[in-house]
Amino acid sequence: MARLNVNGKVVDVEVDPSTPLLWVLREQLGLTGTKYGCGIAQCGSCTVHVDGAAVRACVLPVSALDESKAIVTIEGLSPDGTHPVQQAWLELDVPQCGYCQAGMIMASAALLASNPRPSDADIDAGITNICRCGTFNRVRRGIHLAATKIA
Amino acid sequence: MNHVPEQGVTVSRRGFLVTTAAAGLGFSLGFRIPDAHAAAQAAADEINAWVVIHPDDTVVIRIARSEMGQGTLTGLAQLVAEELECDWSKVTTEYPTPGQNVARDRVWGDFSTGGSRGIRGSQDYVRKGGAAAREMLIRAAAEAWQVPPAECSARDSVITHNPSGRTVSFGKVAAAAAKLAPPAEVTLKAPSEWRLIGQPVKRLDTVDKLTGKQIYGTDLKLPGMLNAAIRACPVFGGKVATFDAAKVTALPGVRKVVQVDDTAMAVVADTWWQAKTALDALPVTWDEGPNKDVSSESISAFLDEGLAGGNAFTGNSNGDLAAGQAEVAKTVEAVYSYPFQNHATMEPMNATALWTEQKCEVWCPTQNGEAALAAASAAAGLPVEQCDVHKLHLGGGFGRRGAFHDYVAQAVSIAKQIPGTPVKLVWSREEDMAQGRYHPITKARLTGGLDRDGNLVNLHVRISGQSILAAVMPARLKDGADVVTFQGLLPEGDHAISYTVPNLLVEHAMRNTHVPPGFWRGVNINQNAIYTECFMDELAEAAGVDALEFRRRLMANHPKSLAVLEAVARQAGWGTPAGDGIHRGLAVCKAFGSHIAACAEVSVDGAGKLTVHRIVAATDPGHVVNPQQVEAQVEGSFVYGLSAMLYGECTVKDGRIVESNFHQYPSLRIAEMPKVEVIVMPSGGFWGGVGEPTIAVAAPAVLNAIYRATGTRVRHLPLKHHKLRAA
Repeated sequence: MARLNVNGKVVDVEVDPSTPLLWVLREQLGLTGTKYGCGIAQCGSCTVHVDGAAVRACVLPVSALDESKAIVTIEGLSPDGTHPVQQAWLELDVPQCGYCQAGMIMASAALLASNPRPSDADIDAGITNICRCGTFNRVRRGIHLAATKIA
Repeated sequence: MNHVPEQGVTVSRRGFLVTTAAAGLGFSLGFRIPDAHAAAQAAADEINAWVVIHPDDTVVIRIARSEMGQGTLTGLAQLVAEELECDWSKVTTEYPTPGQNVARDRVWGDFSTGGSRGIRGSQDYVRKGGAAAREMLIRAAAEAWQVPPAECSARDSVITHNPSGRTVSFGKVAAAAAKLAPPAEVTLKAPSEWRLIGQPVKRLDTVDKLTGKQIYGTDLKLPGMLNAAIRACPVFGGKVATFDAAKVTALPGVRKVVQVDDTAMAVVADTWWQAKTALDALPVTWDEGPNKDVSSESISAFLDEGLAGGNAFTGNSNGDLAAGQAEVAKTVEAVYSYPFQNHATMEPMNATALWTEQKCEVWCPTQNGEAALAAASAAAGLPVEQCDVHKLHLGGGFGRRGAFHDYVAQAVSIAKQIPGTPVKLVWSREEDMAQGRYHPITKARLTGGLDRDGNLVNLHVRISGQSILAAVMPARLKDGADVVTFQGLLPEGDHAISYTVPNLLVEHAMRNTHVPPGFWRGVNINQNAIYTECFMDELAEAAGVDALEFRRRLMANHPKSLAVLEAVARQAGWGTPAGDGIHRGLAVCKAFGSHIAACAEVSVDGAGKLTVHRIVAATDPGHVVNPQQVEAQVEGSFVYGLSAMLYGECTVKDGRIVESNFHQYPSLRIAEMPKVEVIVMPSGGFWGGVGEPTIAVAAPAVLNAIYRATGTRVRHLPLKHHKLRAA
């Protein structure tokens, strides 16, 4: 059993405490926007926010969490898909297959929350997600564009 | 000679489908697709197979090919909408199912989505579908008004009777139009009349990808569904020997331990995490079969035999190397090699199946719905009329999900052991890495002869290595030869060599390994362009001629390839200083019917660290449907091509693949991504592909630049094994 605070709601989940947050989100809570890509924190497809920081949910056991830790998933990033990063992504047609993009958006939103005007070097250091389709240059433009929307 | 088979549909398979359809065997269609793609049966407002118009003027355009990120959904809709003259803002799309295609005499044609064929392979008939629907809508309006159809025109979903100015929207006449006979013939617009084709419109499938709403195969949830994890024998060709199900049946959530055919074990549980946890704990021993001692070293030696001599298939030949030798003043020889690689789609292989004695349904990401249907039918033990496949957006395809539906067959095999319960099978990343259909491994020896003026007179390319067709579609071999092996080196067609050499011989010594090969985005141009384009630079250096000028001399008969090469050279500033420590490299190729070139700018620091600063890339695909999506594909091709060049390698030990996840099989990240300048230069008159060609020029342009920066020729990929500066 785990008590989690997900997208502003406290929920109790019947689950082995060693289960990674990713699978609780996807299988117990029906929040499938957060994706499985590697299971070893390499690809970032599972990126969510925990207390505002980008975290790879595939290696985070729910035993490490409690209701005091605010988890935000792609479904909770904005009520209507209008977070500045989502707006920028829409304007630039960033996604290709889209599978990694929830993680990419969550990583970008966390970067901007801590650094509202990231340089290219900041983006290089802060965004380490894998995208096999190759959307990186639009991701970079998208982060810069989102920064102008936040300002 | 120049025909490259479409991926995924075998001749026998196609024959089977056509026969089935022709026999007119109807079947009930059980549509329960839990996403935006609604049922696609002949509804009252279906104008024709491609176009449905609802009373509220919503336009539904049917898309037979699969969307996997390449933008084909949007591009194909643009083609239909151009002729339909509908309001683009009212367009939505849906997939017909493969079962419906069978039932309707293959009205949607080929579902195969590979070989960069989505647009070029269907542009003619989908545009005709749009034009026929427009004519029917106009006729319906004209009949209602009792005026000649020729006095009416359509634009933005509104039909106007031009003499009177009367108007009516498509939605108002759609039901009447649907009852009319289709026109016997339609005339397509000339390219000069296009208003939507060629426009950089936004993709139609973006919004749900930004909010987590887009449902991929891994996200599917059906009522009562169970989840399965699987592990197949890691040695290709091996089998399950023993297992001890009792050790895991009491673990949380476990419902059943099942053997899948004779090659794999699966655990079915309430959740996938439970299934995977139990599978990891399941004792299994394997009968590893005859390949358990194969290694990368033994495969390398096997390929070396093919380079050394003996029989080979000829892919291209002109002139006479022996006669040309008389003119040769200088000979250059080099051996190159290219490793196995995994597609590594971000979404691992997966499929959901529901089996009963009467019916089998599958929900899956697939690049070829009809091939998935064939796999489902075979695994289900049910005729194709009692099966169907519901396609979902792919989390990447890259060729892995086109010709190979092993994951579909497995899901059905598992579901068949739990009748009436839907089971979702998801591969772990480790399973995905271990059970790939790998980029073929090859080596090549290139021998070039220069005359005393530095002109290339002799070129001999001997390739040794795997044939994809021999493993995947042996019926497509021609007298044993695999023409696809010669992509980029053929005498003519979509993958013609871009040079004219007086005496040329291109051969393939086929050396097939137990590691299964597959179509991998770009297929055989990936290594053939590296071999050819890097060797061209070696020859140019030996001749003492500038690399661009050396190529120009051989390209007089290849003006479109030369044009893209000149375009990148011009924009990159070839021949002018590139900046401190920065060096340039060129590459050009014809692939999938398009002409592409790249000029890369790189630097290598004192420690040997490579930085790719900038790539100028040009594409001439004949006609362009959506230039901003062409740009996206070109940029993405550099990620795929440079990931392969830098890191992509699957090695073999004890008969199995060593690399198990992204920590051992890295992929390019944003910090390594160069600036890419895309030149889209459609010359008209033909339709070339876009999703794959640019991969061909990514690696050789960078490798040629690396040589200029360091003096190091990298001939054996990936780059991670090479020190670019002496320590």
